[in-house]
Amino acid sequence: MFRNVAELVELAETRQVKIAEVMIQQEMEVTGRTREEVIQFMDRNLTVMEEAIERGLKGVKSHSGLTGGDAVLLQEYIKKGKSLSGEVLLDGVSKAVATNEVNAAMGTICATPTAGSAGVVPGTLFAVKEKLNPTRQEMIEFLFTSGAFGFVVANNASISGAAGGCQAEVGSASGMAAAAIVEMAGGTPSQCAEAMAITLKNMLGLVCDPVAGLVEVPCVKRNAMGAANAMVAADMALAGIKSRIPCDEVIDAMYKIGQTMPVALRETAQGGLAATPTGRELEAKIFGISLEKK
Amino acid sequence: MKYKSVFDIIGPVMIGPSSSHTAGAARIGRVARSLFNRKPEWAIVSLYGSFAKTYKGHGTDVAIIAGLLDFDTFDTRLPEAFDIAKKENLKVTFIEEEAVVDHPNTVRIRMGDSEGEMELVGISIGGGKIEILELNGFELRLSGHHPAILVVHDDKFGAIASVSNVLASHQINIGHMEVSRKEVGSTALMTIEVDQNIGQDILDEISQLDHVTRVTKIAD
Repeated sequence: MFRNVAELVELAETRQVKIAEVMIQQEMEVTGRTREEVIQFMDRNLTVMEEAIERGLKGVKSHSGLTGGDAVLLQEYIKKGKSLSGEVLLDGVSKAVATNEVNAAMGTICATPTAGSAGVVPGTLFAVKEKLNPTRQEMIEFLFTSGAFGFVVANNASISGAAGGCQAEVGSASGMAAAAIVEMAGGTPSQCAEAMAITLKNMLGLVCDPVAGLVEVPCVKRNAMGAANAMVAADMALAGIKSRIPCDEVIDAMYKIGQTMPVALRETAQGGLAATPTGRELEAKIFGISLEKK
Repeated sequence: MKYKSVFDIIGPVMIGPSSSHTAGAARIGRVARSLFNRKPEWAIVSLYGSFAKTYKGHGTDVAIIAGLLDFDTFDTRLPEAFDIAKKENLKVTFIEEEAVVDHPNTVRIRMGDSEGEMELVGISIGGGKIEILELNGFELRLSGHHPAILVVHDDKFGAIASVSNVLASHQINIGHMEVSRKEVGSTALMTIEVDQNIGQDILDEISQLDHVTRVTKIAD
């Protein structure tokens, strides 16, 4: 069983298999399930992700009215062909947003690794799909690869906003996505780790400060930027760029930053954007009273 | 290692908006329901830390009720749990606790009906994963990942051996086991996580053993 990214990469390299395969084998070992069962289970999760994106791209609105419809706006903009940052990237961003808009509307999603960060992995997967034309099997592998990196973060640091801030949620999700994109694009296991490290480094310190405690503002747009971050980092790693700080040490730094993060900035809706005048005003409007009043 | 499966990371499939505050909360409620073994008439839910501060925004309250109604994380009835509970005469009260606890997402559920009461403390550790810390004042640790049974028994010699003998005779392997008691010679609680699913016949056999008061199964 791999305990960190270094071991994960080493296992893949010695066995000369993809990271995804290392994860599949470990899953079979730990749960006693057959390969078919494990793959089938992930296939079901992939279907849920696909359906959530489709639903979000048709346009949804949350109960609070704070989020919804941005995925549609972005798709319409892409169609005009005048985007500056590129179609694949914006497609990933819009699909990440679509997923999180569905989540905010209490729709069905697959947590990756959490619900608040559920947009990044499927968003980037379904955008890169348009470019790389993967088979269904390769798309399932994408999820195992991202799962492998998330597994390391969850066991060595945290994937909970209440425990480690948004860096632990969207930060982890983005790192996971970056690594999986690299593998799908034909990169090596160590390039996957570099992509994860580059991504997570750029999300360190990100706080969890949801307005009114809702998984909407800024969560939806943090998923958007997480997707962009992941795709750019994947390109950097594929270009041969390395992180000077090894991936495991970045994960450890993320954990320690989370531990020293004030409680007000860890999913308590007491600080950051939640505590801005507009954040408070929205909160008062949604609940009738402000949580901070007492 | 707290997270053992890739599906702890890529999953669960769930109704939004939060894996820890919605899906995890629903799972804790559902474990409570499963331990109580019937629909309670009332529940008093104490929320701590981040749960107490943000439960309305995350639908934590709705999710816990959904769990008490035996709904899974992806049950599309989850958002309507409030109304369904009302129709089914389940009265739930929420208390926002100020006390500082070890884990930011902690909930204490007291529940009961005319026949009895139960109290459980659970935490939601991220990504929908939960741990049950306490049951009726007993400390315990259930990963929720394997089939598990709880055995309430007299704190007497031979009680533990007799239960494990029954499991062994049915070729059931014990993966994790804990025994706790409040004081020597009174009531004790066995928490046993096993690798195979346990049928009702085995539970009946255990419940008929000397010194065993009650057996409850947590389904896989």
